[in-house]
Amino acid sequence: MSTPSRVITLTLDDREVGAHTDQTILEVARENGIVIPTLCHLEGLLPIGACRICLVEVVGSNKLLPACATKVTDGMRVITQSERLTRYRRRVVEFLFASGNHICAVCVSNHHCELQDMAVYTGMSHLTEPYRYPKLRVDASHERFVQDDNRCILCQRCVRVCAEIEGAHTWDVMGRGIEARVITDLNQPWGESDTCTSCSKCVQVCPTGALSIKGMAAAEMKKRKHFLAQYWTLKEEES
Amino acid sequence: MKKTRVATVWLDGCSGCHMSFLDMDERILEIAPKIELVYSPLVDNKEFPEDVDVTIVEGAVSSEEDLHKIQKIRARTKILVALGDCAVTSNVPGMRNPFDTQAVLARAYLENAQENQHVPTDVIPPLLKRVRPINEVVKVDVFVPGCPPSADAIFFVVSELLEGRLPDLSERVKFG
Repeated sequence: MSTPSRVITLTLDDREVGAHTDQTILEVARENGIVIPTLCHLEGLLPIGACRICLVEVVGSNKLLPACATKVTDGMRVITQSERLTRYRRRVVEFLFASGNHICAVCVSNHHCELQDMAVYTGMSHLTEPYRYPKLRVDASHERFVQDDNRCILCQRCVRVCAEIEGAHTWDVMGRGIEARVITDLNQPWGESDTCTSCSKCVQVCPTGALSIKGMAAAEMKKRKHFLAQYWTLKEEES
Repeated sequence: MKKTRVATVWLDGCSGCHMSFLDMDERILEIAPKIELVYSPLVDNKEFPEDVDVTIVEGAVSSEEDLHKIQKIRARTKILVALGDCAVTSNVPGMRNPFDTQAVLARAYLENAQENQHVPTDVIPPLLKRVRPINEVVKVDVFVPGCPPSADAIFFVVSELLEGRLPDLSERVKFG
């Protein structure tokens, strides 16, 4: 049994706010109209703190903490905007661009891409590190969908939505660090997966063009994530 | 008033950024009297001149010729502007980077050629192993991403530079 949630107060950017101990910094910030940028996080899925865009400063902590995956505590003092954070967040976006092959101009998700939006948000006009240009796989074996590793940022939304909402757990991560990739089943072609129900939830939550509907041309792929909120509303009504 | 010496350069790109430049329409008449266009695909000048105030570069660095050009341009330019995604990120030209240059040439000149199948060895400049964004090769002063950047963004950049200011594009960043 987890301990029951208590009401506490904490400080967000010099503002004193009330919160429950079972809430994350991100949840409390959003309740109070404070914007913390996120990328891997998606409301309705369990937070994993994979992308580090939502890093915040917490007074007394010598490291930056992910707001999406850090619970609030009584008297906590959180800084959500600072020059240091802006620098780190831009750096995170830079590394994401450098580690894959993100060619916006020819991408199905051009102009509808959360990574692209994050470049704009953080003011990233160019990379300060060289690009890696890795040779990555495109899997078009599925009848209706395409997986393009070149555009994957390893946010693992696909893994989470498939396991937590659809209950299929077709997706998972293989390899470590910069070699890590999302795979279907035991790294079999997606089209040959025994577990995939072809529900397309993974495609809809993918923040970039890494997962898309087959046959889309550049800039045509618009994602629809509203089903997550609907799912949780229905769940709540049921219980 | 002394005119600003401006050059525009076309490396490995599609010329879409130059087209977008021209898309500023009548606003180009505001700019024209303030500049002297000393080198450009639109100007018949074979040698990149000395003492250029502003050079606007479209395209990525893909061949030995591009590399040679951009180094000379940098040495002769006060303010170097990387215009468009190819110049800023290597973009579409960089899509060959995960592959070996021989494989790329074979695909273009052998596998997909219906007649006269051979890889040219002269006239065409040798490809670099990797296509590079300009700032991986020389120092860049202003970055204007976009495929292409909008005419508005280009007009803003040029206007600011003509006023002697370095444009702050942080509010106008756009890729793709």
